[in-house]
Amino acid sequence: MDATVDRSRQKPLHPVHAFLVSATVTLFLGAVLSDIAYATSYQVQWSNFASWLIAAGLLFGGILLVFALVGLRHADRREGRYLLYGLVLLAIWLLGFINALVHAKDAWAVMPEGLILSAIVFLLACGAAWMALSNLRMGDAP
Amino acid sequence: MKRPALWAVAGLSVLVSACGNDANRAQEGSADVGPQPVLPEQQRGLLPSMTIASPAQWGDQRPTVPRGYVIAAIATDLRIPRQSLVLPNGDILVAEGKGGGAPKLTPKDVIAGYIKAQGNSSVKGGDRLTLLRDGNGDGIYENRSVFAEDLNAPYGLALIGNQLYVANQDALVRFDYTDGQTRAIAAPVKVTDLPSAINHHWTKALTASADGRFLYVGIGSNSNITERGMIAEVGRAMVWQVDAQTGAHKPFATGLRNPTALAIQPGTGQLWAVVNERDELGPNLPPDYLTSVREGGFYGWPYSYWGQNVDPRVRPQDPQKVAAALVPDYALGSHVAPLGVAFSTPAMGGEFADGVFVGEHGSWNRENPVGYKVVFVPFREGRPAGAPIDFVSGFRGTDGKTRGRPVGVSVDPRGALIVADDLSNTLWRVTPAP
Repeated sequence: MDATVDRSRQKPLHPVHAFLVSATVTLFLGAVLSDIAYATSYQVQWSNFASWLIAAGLLFGGILLVFALVGLRHADRREGRYLLYGLVLLAIWLLGFINALVHAKDAWAVMPEGLILSAIVFLLACGAAWMALSNLRMGDAP
Repeated sequence: MKRPALWAVAGLSVLVSACGNDANRAQEGSADVGPQPVLPEQQRGLLPSMTIASPAQWGDQRPTVPRGYVIAAIATDLRIPRQSLVLPNGDILVAEGKGGGAPKLTPKDVIAGYIKAQGNSSVKGGDRLTLLRDGNGDGIYENRSVFAEDLNAPYGLALIGNQLYVANQDALVRFDYTDGQTRAIAAPVKVTDLPSAINHHWTKALTASADGRFLYVGIGSNSNITERGMIAEVGRAMVWQVDAQTGAHKPFATGLRNPTALAIQPGTGQLWAVVNERDELGPNLPPDYLTSVREGGFYGWPYSYWGQNVDPRVRPQDPQKVAAALVPDYALGSHVAPLGVAFSTPAMGGEFADGVFVGEHGSWNRENPVGYKVVFVPFREGRPAGAPIDFVSGFRGTDGKTRGRPVGVSVDPRGALIVADDLSNTLWRVTPAP
């Protein structure tokens, strides 16, 4: 166990992984802000922006989820924190997908569920990024 | 063809179809038909209910008509026939085209556009008028010529004297026409531009007033329910009155989401319209309708439907407009998609002598499809009276395949109903059996 801990300290998160996890946070943040802009202005273009940002967040989040599933093959990664990270990614994807469907409703039918889901998904994405960037040691293969 | 699977990637189909499911209680002859439809609660799952037509060839099959009538295809291999006009000498003009091309603004636009396209013809729109002639009156239209081409998605047609008016998707134009002519002798003259920015609902319905002074143009909304923004709806979802001589125009009636066909009632001169109502409020809501169009009337879109039923998807709302909304005359049923209307004539015979024929293109936003037929709404004393009667059906077979989709209908005063079919690209003619 000592050796693995040492290795994790020496080897930073792969840049691609860091990019994906950061982009996911940014995209879902953009979705929340766009939803807020729509909710307060009734300008539907903000809702369109949110739809695309969520779609892109799902794309990057989906890649992260696939990496996490692949990573679970390694026995030493079946520990609690890694599993939790994977579960958070899964929750992001499922809630994000439902959010995409909610955002596919027309005009104000998106509200308020869309804004609530966007906020939850954003917070989960922050959590996932926190776990990933605080050296979960999963960077060898993006 | 049920396509929720396309949406529900990644094993979510169970969850999603459960959420997108709807009861579809009533199907045919249901409560949402007639002058006083019963309107259920609004409902919308995570996915809109969809059943998209699965096209097939007619082969030896034919649409079904009532006993005592016969149907024949008088033109095939047209290029998206939409509306027809029977000229005084019996020749038939057909407008062929496919307009639209509204930009795709959301992932939904991209996906839904692809899915819905599966239920339509893949033939390129003709952007032309075809003229058909039955020289010897045997019911076979042996002469076929292109009357005019290089139009821009022509749809509505009307003749006033020796002027033929054509509603392109962006402008009302006119041709000189003399009896017996088979080809336009000059390029069309523009009467007036029509609203065409975005053109989500691009079809421009057209009819002429009984005295020939005015033309009425149906202009559809630029969205289902304002999801392209309120600004995009300025000047949309209304019927224009256009001075046939000068092209001067004004809104005649507003709040009509998509008035896809117009007709003048013989005798009274009253303008009638069929209107396609909004989607994604449930399988039995809200009814598409047939209505007399009152000058200055507001019919609810987008704020409300069937009178004062508020649509919560519209922001900002407008209670004053809701209060002013007129109730239409006659519900045709939710999602049937009426695209053609024509008043009958005594020569059509029997129970079909007094009333209107309505071409129903058929539903997408419903698990159990409706429409896909031409119905007859009987009239008494100038008003709709009684349930609609199937006049041409069988477009959607018992095998679940769709062989045709009715659009425009027109009545030949000699006793024939002309039906444009934009899936099989056929023009059908129904006549009392000899």
